[in-house]
Amino acid sequence: MKNFLYLLCCALVVGMAYWAYTENYRTQATAKRVQKLQQAIASEREEISVLKAEWAYLNRPERLRELADLNFETLGLIPLSSQHFGDTNLVAFPPRPTNLEIVNEPISVQNSEGVE
Amino acid sequence: MKRTPLRPLASVISARSKGENPDRIEARERAKRNQAMMTRQRKRAENRLMIMGVAFFFAFGAIGARMGMLAATEPAEPNAIASTSQILNQRADIVDRNGTVLATNLTTQSLYAQPPLMIDPAKAAKDLIKIFPDLDEKRLTRDFTGGKRKFLWVKRKISPEQRQAVHDLGEPGLLFGPREMRLYPNGNLAAHILGGAGFGKEGVQAAEIVGVAGIEKYHDKLLRDPAMNGAPLQLSIDLTAQATTRRVLSGGMKIMGAKGASAVLMDVNTGEIVSMVSLPDFDPNDRPRPAVDGDPSDSPLFNRAAQGVYELGSTFKLFAAATHLEKGLATPDTLINTESPMRVGKFRIRDFHNYGKTLSLTDVIVKSSNVGTARMALEAGAGAQQQMLSDLGFFEPVDVELGSATQTRPILPKRWSDISTMTISYGHGIAATPLHLATAYASITNGGYRVKPTLIKQRGVAKDRPQVISEKTSAQLRYMLRQVVAKGTASLGEVEGYEVAGKTGTADKPKPSGGYYEDRVIATFATVFPASNPKYVLILSLDEPEIFVHGEKRRTAGWTAVPVAAELISRVAPVLDLRPAVAAIDQITYTSAGN
Repeated sequence: MKNFLYLLCCALVVGMAYWAYTENYRTQATAKRVQKLQQAIASEREEISVLKAEWAYLNRPERLRELADLNFETLGLIPLSSQHFGDTNLVAFPPRPTNLEIVNEPISVQNSEGVE
Repeated sequence: MKRTPLRPLASVISARSKGENPDRIEARERAKRNQAMMTRQRKRAENRLMIMGVAFFFAFGAIGARMGMLAATEPAEPNAIASTSQILNQRADIVDRNGTVLATNLTTQSLYAQPPLMIDPAKAAKDLIKIFPDLDEKRLTRDFTGGKRKFLWVKRKISPEQRQAVHDLGEPGLLFGPREMRLYPNGNLAAHILGGAGFGKEGVQAAEIVGVAGIEKYHDKLLRDPAMNGAPLQLSIDLTAQATTRRVLSGGMKIMGAKGASAVLMDVNTGEIVSMVSLPDFDPNDRPRPAVDGDPSDSPLFNRAAQGVYELGSTFKLFAAATHLEKGLATPDTLINTESPMRVGKFRIRDFHNYGKTLSLTDVIVKSSNVGTARMALEAGAGAQQQMLSDLGFFEPVDVELGSATQTRPILPKRWSDISTMTISYGHGIAATPLHLATAYASITNGGYRVKPTLIKQRGVAKDRPQVISEKTSAQLRYMLRQVVAKGTASLGEVEGYEVAGKTGTADKPKPSGGYYEDRVIATFATVFPASNPKYVLILSLDEPEIFVHGEKRRTAGWTAVPVAAELISRVAPVLDLRPAVAAIDQITYTSAGN
């Protein structure tokens, strides 16, 4: 009986040790992963800030104005003026949808355009 | 186990036959048995001691080894703590009222040298000059080969291309450190507002960015506060409006041959500065050094709108009218004596044109009669005038988020005599910044509530603003200002649909030696639009404008500042989403696309 208890205790110690070490290694691995991810986040953040700066630089009003002037022929953009305000009342509504025929029978959709 | 009996029969019998006492045999056997037991127990105890010894040895050995390891390793923080919110050790961005970036950070590299590590210092110096021609070769060679310097900065900021080029030199004594720099993507656009930033304390791995002027300096602590956690500082500036203002102002400045110009566009109700431009300006990415000689006000660093104290001329007449109306001394139709010239002591005050014997109060403002306002000011008294000007903030620096503005005191007469009262009524003998004027005009036209100018985006109108004048007086004054544009000195300022109201001011520039220049003026147009429900106040001033129109050289604000302001309003108001009054809608050609 006593020996059995000793054995049990030994097994328990071994088991606990195994569990503790596994947890420890898992924690370390996770910590390493977190660190790596944080580094990745930091570098992504840095990239975002660079892109943001670049976006702001490319969208600076001076450059946009020059581009608008250069592409005047295709875009026809002119500075916004009081003439450019509209009234929603003056915008035509899209035409009302005409009542479509109700079809209840199955119809063939194959080659419905009648081509090819 | 073999058991030996205590009284073995054989020994007992033989002892008895010899006549010996058999008890002695038992005693001997017992002693032998005890001896064996003791030997066994001793051995066991020794074993136990051995095991204990080994255990203690390992335990102490482990502790000793751990201590040794701890003592020998570099200290490191445990990294098991996964921080949930990352502290951003970075200067916060500055954005405009719509969130467009005005200032941000960019990581670059700095280049430093450690001469003791160098293989061929002389060659390294020579090669560096090829990459950075602006370096001093002699000094660099001396620093590298002198043997005294262990460390020196070569360049604070270098581009990735330059870094590669230095890398390709293969010199182990040339090293790089990461360096954060402040970037203003819009260049000159809001130069005076943003100010600029430089490096503070420097280390190899990082350098502190410190604001040196403008809002960067004023809010330096806030921008560096890690608790901001990446949230940007949002200004009241509208980038599009700012770009438009700068564009129109610089065009106007060229046409009018002015040497400088400034414009302040302020929300009349909240005091938010939507746009503030001072020309000439500079690039905050490459902030010039302050000029050591010459007039500091000619430097591009000088913010004319917030730092420049000027006599603002007839724009002050409105305050005389405000005092009169508010005190109940007159109504807009009361006739004012405008007989010119007016003699007081040995001084004579005269008008540009002779306007006859009397003008109504409205017409005094519309026609801009010096004599009329001077008489009004005398009638109301110096006390009332001072009260009005102090209520409008002319006695103190403007309390705005710019160090340069808060240090700029208006210039007041040392002794407030009757002559001062008279000249101040039409804007001479008192000098203030355009920002003062913007604040005062906003406060007068928004219904009489004193506004606090600010560069930070506000959430709606501040509560419990002190009231300077009544709503009724404010409306009457707006009507007068509107008449100035409709039929008075600022008729070129009419912008269809925006009911521009304003007052011109042309002040002779003072000579540094005393007295005034004959042919140099500061032309100012203080304007509010739309008059019926004011949204914005615009103060535009040109320094030494001159234009040849209708066979005459003209310098007055009506010919110089007003047309520029009109162009500015027609361009900037639509950008600020201000719809023109209904009259303009009839001429719609097409609607704006997009949002």
